[in-house]
Amino acid sequence: MSLYPGLDAPRSKAYTTIWTGIFFVTLILGMTGLYVATKSVDYVWRWYQVPDYFFYQEDVETLSEIDGFIDHIDTQGETTLVTVKGEGETEIYTLPTESLLAAEGDYIYYGDPIGSQKKWQTGLLIYGLWITLKVSFLAIILALFIGIVTGLMRISDNPAFKWAAITYIELIRGSPLLVQLMIWYFVIGTLVNRLLMDLGVAKVPTLWFGILSLAIFTGAYTAEIVRAGVQSVHVGQMEAARSLGMSYFEAMRKVIMPQAINRILPALAGQFISLIKDSSLLGVISIRELTKITREVVTSSLQPFELWIVCAALYLVLTFGFSLLVQRLETRAV
Amino acid sequence: MIHAKQVNKFFYAPHKIHALKDASLEVAPGEVVVIIGPSGSGKSTFLRCLNRLEYADSGSIQIDGDDVLDPKADINTIRAEAGMVFQSFNLFPHKTVLENLTMAQMSVRKRSKAEAEDKGMMLLKKVGIEDKSNVYPNQLSGGQQQRVAIARSLAMDPKVILFDEPTSALDPEMVGEVLDVMKALAKEGMTMVVVTHEMGFAREVADRVIFMDDGCVIEEGTPIEFFKNPKNDRTRTFLDQIL
Ligand SMILES: Nc1ncnc2c1ncn2[C@@H]1O[C@H](COP(=O)(O)OP(=O)(O)OP(=O)(O)O)[C@@H](O)[C@H]1O
Ligand SMILES: [Mg+2]
Repeated sequence: MSLYPGLDAPRSKAYTTIWTGIFFVTLILGMTGLYVATKSVDYVWRWYQVPDYFFYQEDVETLSEIDGFIDHIDTQGETTLVTVKGEGETEIYTLPTESLLAAEGDYIYYGDPIGSQKKWQTGLLIYGLWITLKVSFLAIILALFIGIVTGLMRISDNPAFKWAAITYIELIRGSPLLVQLMIWYFVIGTLVNRLLMDLGVAKVPTLWFGILSLAIFTGAYTAEIVRAGVQSVHVGQMEAARSLGMSYFEAMRKVIMPQAINRILPALAGQFISLIKDSSLLGVISIRELTKITREVVTSSLQPFELWIVCAALYLVLTFGFSLLVQRLETRAV
Repeated sequence: MIHAKQVNKFFYAPHKIHALKDASLEVAPGEVVVIIGPSGSGKSTFLRCLNRLEYADSGSIQIDGDDVLDPKADINTIRAEAGMVFQSFNLFPHKTVLENLTMAQMSVRKRSKAEAEDKGMMLLKKVGIEDKSNVYPNQLSGGQQQRVAIARSLAMDPKVILFDEPTSALDPEMVGEVLDVMKALAKEGMTMVVVTHEMGFAREVADRVIFMDDGCVIEEGTPIEFFKNPKNDRTRTFLDQIL
């Protein structure tokens, strides 16, 4: 399995066994150490609380809207009709039979429960995960588009295109994403929404400033990857395509790009995985993605250890899923 | 078919090189012209100027009546009329052999897929590799790849084909199969300009042989007179070295 097999004598079986053992022992020691350490600071692990932040059951009560008494209960299999009679008014409520709390003849006041049922609700972590997924997906699509266009502009011989691409790439790569986020939200966002307000048009939601800033940030890196990919395809390919009478763009699209994309797929995947992780910064412009949600949940639950570990694991699921997807593309493209 | 008059070409990187010095070439329809000369003499540059893979700095070049150096000329149409076969094949590695042949037919000649595939298969049969139509180029030997490349340029129904050392990258035992395809083409009356070091091919197939040295066309003549009694000293030295 070594990169240079055959240069050294083959490893014995014991060598492999011992060193594999050492790896797992170290791993287990590390985890035990962590556990013991948390015990010694009196941290109480409450893993059983964590599933509630994914899905939880909520009591949904059907409340009476008038004062009166229950005149009539009519059970028709799964559903039940409850008639409440008040002074000069009658209300009929429909609810599942098993959730029924009241009996015929009961006096009831405004706001009293007639029935109570449990319903599954998605928890905050699922919501945060969904926002992170949505933001990342849209930003990746946009970044890929921006990257291909600017990458091609970068190698164009049109000075306007070329210098626009260089300016964009250098500008974006030269400052931290966090600062760019602030600029998008507090400078560009304010300006745009002020203008839109003056025009009487609806505001652009904050989410879109987040997506744009991520896409434009990653687009600059993607452009450089695309440029390197295109330049790695031998000029002979372009010459062959052009000598057959194909136009520059046709040759680019049908001959150069497919080969380039195939080569840069691993680098692109790395860049987009960074994007997924960078989306954790969007919390600072009050987009409730996974990290911000985790912070909120930690504040209310006071279980930071479990929740931050879960948060990291969820990012791992996203990024690992994404690289599996890209790997499948890669094998198919060969 | 080809009228190239006093073509000059300079390269500026890394330093100024006068790669073509008033080079001229006339090729009649159906003629096979072989260009020979030492390495660095400008043979490739001259060939690449003909279909504007290099933009000549001065002179005039016409292919089938179209002015190649006119910036307003539809260069893509001109190039489709003048096929090119490269030393390094330059097949499209992400496409199958048949797709290599059909791609430009469909996008440049606007043929339907079926039409392009029929033509492609016909040409693959002609160059003797119809059984490889669905494999990728990297699974072919060098000689087979070069035959596919020839078929690819033939698919555009060019009026002339430019060959730049088509056998130089091949193992010796594969040179013959490529030269045979080229000989067959010549017999069918295809107009060809061939840069090569294969003197046997020049003797047997060429209607005219041109010798270039240091960016200039030094001498030209029929193979018989050219090889029997070259007039120029430099030609004689060159022939002495390689024969
Ligand atoms: N793209 C280029 N940039 C700079 N110089 C070049 C370029 N192409 C060719 N040259 C120079 O132009 C001269 C002619 O080159 P050319 O490739 O035409 O020679 P050639 O006769 O085809 O040689 P060979 O038999 O080695 O292929 C050489 O001195 C070469 O170094
Ligand atoms: Mg050459």
